[in-house]
Amino acid sequence: MPSFLNIRQIVDFAILPLMNVAVALLISGLVVLFVGQNPLEAVGYLVSGALGSGEGIGFTLYFATSFMFTGLAVAVASHAGLFTIGAEGQAYLGGLGIALVCLALDKFVPWYVTLVPAAAAGMLFGAAWAFIPAYLQARRGSHLVITTIMFNFIASSVMIYVLVNLIKEPGSMAPQTRLFDAGGLVPKLGEILPVNIGTAPLNVSLFIAIMAAIFVWVLIWKTKLGFEIRATGANPAAARNAGISYVKITIVCMLISGALAGLAGVNILMGDLGKLQLDFPAGIGLVGVAVALMGRGHPVGIAVASVLFGVLYQGGAEISFWMPNVTRELIMLIQGLVILFAGALSLMFRSSVYSLVDLFRFSKREA
Amino acid sequence: MEAEIGSVRLVLELSGINKSFGPVVANKDVNLSVKAGSIHGIVGENGAGKSTLMSILYGFYQADSGSIRVDGKEVGIPDSRAAIAHGIGMVHQHFKLVENFTVLENIILGAEEGAFLSSSRRKARLELQRLAKEYELQVDLEAVTEDLPVGVQQRVEILKALYRQARILILDEPTGVLTPSEADHLFRILRRLRDEGKSVILITHKLREIMDATDTVSVMRRGELIATAPTASMTKESLAELMVGRRVLLRVDKSPSTPGEVVFDVKGLNVRDQRGVRMVKDVSLSVRAGEIVGIAGVAGNGQTELLEALAGNRVPESGTVLLNGEEIAADPFRRRAAGVAHVPEDRHAIGLILSFPLRENASLGYHRRPEFGTSPLLKRSQLQHYAQDYISDYDIRPPNPDLRTSLFSGGNQQKIVLAREIEHDPEMLLVGQPTRGVDIGAIEFIHRRLIELRDQNKAILLVSVELDEIRALSDRILVMFDGAIVGEASPDASERELGLLMAGVTQEDQGRG
Repeated sequence: MPSFLNIRQIVDFAILPLMNVAVALLISGLVVLFVGQNPLEAVGYLVSGALGSGEGIGFTLYFATSFMFTGLAVAVASHAGLFTIGAEGQAYLGGLGIALVCLALDKFVPWYVTLVPAAAAGMLFGAAWAFIPAYLQARRGSHLVITTIMFNFIASSVMIYVLVNLIKEPGSMAPQTRLFDAGGLVPKLGEILPVNIGTAPLNVSLFIAIMAAIFVWVLIWKTKLGFEIRATGANPAAARNAGISYVKITIVCMLISGALAGLAGVNILMGDLGKLQLDFPAGIGLVGVAVALMGRGHPVGIAVASVLFGVLYQGGAEISFWMPNVTRELIMLIQGLVILFAGALSLMFRSSVYSLVDLFRFSKREA
Repeated sequence: MEAEIGSVRLVLELSGINKSFGPVVANKDVNLSVKAGSIHGIVGENGAGKSTLMSILYGFYQADSGSIRVDGKEVGIPDSRAAIAHGIGMVHQHFKLVENFTVLENIILGAEEGAFLSSSRRKARLELQRLAKEYELQVDLEAVTEDLPVGVQQRVEILKALYRQARILILDEPTGVLTPSEADHLFRILRRLRDEGKSVILITHKLREIMDATDTVSVMRRGELIATAPTASMTKESLAELMVGRRVLLRVDKSPSTPGEVVFDVKGLNVRDQRGVRMVKDVSLSVRAGEIVGIAGVAGNGQTELLEALAGNRVPESGTVLLNGEEIAADPFRRRAAGVAHVPEDRHAIGLILSFPLRENASLGYHRRPEFGTSPLLKRSQLQHYAQDYISDYDIRPPNPDLRTSLFSGGNQQKIVLAREIEHDPEMLLVGQPTRGVDIGAIEFIHRRLIELRDQNKAILLVSVELDEIRALSDRILVMFDGAIVGEASPDASERELGLLMAGVTQEDQGRG
């Protein structure tokens, strides 16, 4: 019996994600072919652009860092049976918290002093933004998918107001804050480690993301709270009968989820942009949903899926640079296809692969 | 062409039926012959393959190999439509009726002819009146189905099959929802059908019904049909032995109880279900230390809601629950913390998390206790330790604490729940349907364990729709009807007396009658 389980696990965690990505790339190839370009050439640019140089890898991992935060955020909620789309807005609001701390401290203290309160503020703001949908789901039964999507739009509007009317750099036309001083910028990896990543913005946030992944692993599989989260996700009625409060788990889980999403701003704002600007999350929340689904909610899977999407982001930029006929929009289409197949349709092939595996196993046994 | 053995006509012959689901062999080389004009019982433990066999016969599954003959002719049954065409009818355990349709509408549903209903109606009404007279199946054709008692709804199902000209009628666990007198009525109908030349296949796990109602009995064990014999040549004990493969004690040995102080006290409890219907009406009861109080009643008379409310899963409309004189709030966490353990009626829905390994289910709900660590971390070694203990004490098989709970059989799953609730030293144990879907061998063990717990001076409230179980275990029996407790009886009370109470005839009425 155990070997039976393991084969299905291999299917779930390795074969299916690979199949989904392969199918997405196949269809993408057809699209590239359709605009009269050579898909193999595109694949070449994708791979060499994302992984062929230290700088390419630096960019890939920089994107991957952001996706890990939002992917973990979505995964924590999914273990409680909650499907959140809200990482985008939570990351956005988290960025506001981070920027406020940076703007207040960056002239007076070094980066490592700013980092802790900035990260804390990012988590706090992200969690606070997640609280209202969580409360509505737990107490009022308002559907979390709907409320978190709406809260992404509200976040967007709130941030326009805040940026334009409250914290815009005086005299500037752009809806963004002033540039952070050195105290608000975390070091790039090239500055502290003997690695050559060129101009890539990969920074110490990568380590925060890895710590967050370890935290999520311990939380979900090693703690009593994690046990209750998984119980609630797997069978809410049985969890309730066991004395586990649905309201508490829903709210706590969403607060953790929001806090993780809120951390993404450390990577983007303190690691790269050096300022808070309009629409800085640029879709990382939605990629997080795909990453969490593809990684099956497990931190290791999420890390792998994050790197994959990092490759797509960085390699995709590379393709449109070298192949002008493959436009930016076409790259977004390809990314969308991967999200579609690896995320939304991630289990599409599962039953057929299962029966194929079973067929193979049992015919072998009988033989 | 008719198949005959001696002078008896065989209406149905299954030969060499094999069926596997992945690695699980559900039916192995099954041969079964059913005589025309007989009641043929099929018994077996859960998972013995009875339901699979009947599903093959009714076209839900296809056999991997083997043949089916009806009236001597080999037939293929790809779906239930084909089964009906060959004269096979089925009355499912859970009725398949449209609740807000009238009886007549339900019966003609799917068998309408022409574009308009009125002609089918007229034709059906005539035909049904004939059937009703012929088989003692009187039902008001214009009544709305949901208003009818369960026993009558079952008659509608039978009529439905007969209206489709069924000659072979399969009944799957038909008495689970009936009072004893309704069950008697059902068996009268079945005998009448037999006398008119129909064949009845009765699937049940109640040995008494096999003995009372059938002419021939077949026993299934682990997918194989291991014996077929005239019922008269069998006894309950010999049937049980064939089913389980070893000798089984059908009676529970227990000494008289020596009840102590009142432990659990319920006062004026009213509970509404999710539709807003009051299902528990002003129930007061108490359970003393060292006694088992049984709640008898036909399924659906409020026992489920009562148990849910007592466990804290359902907030009552009014009423109080006291443990050792102190009121405890209606919340599963508080109840459990106070020492009220709960073995729920539906272990799959609320007792277990089937996707978790046994190890995690074995301590679910008790995982906040200090023995699992005082830090936020959950000590896996302790989960393992407790699970191992339960596995050896309760003989849970396979003995693997890391196996996913859904891969255990129903009986072993039930043992997991019982072990968890009993072994955390409760003051008070609420038990719902402790042996539903459990093998005979495991039933014996579960009953013994409950008596042992009682003898450790614990209070136990037992809810079961199996009257035999209630009588075997309880020291006092309360009968529930239509949400209220209508009487108290001793376990020695006659089945007639209990049956009348379960049908809502109160003791006063009985005295008058």
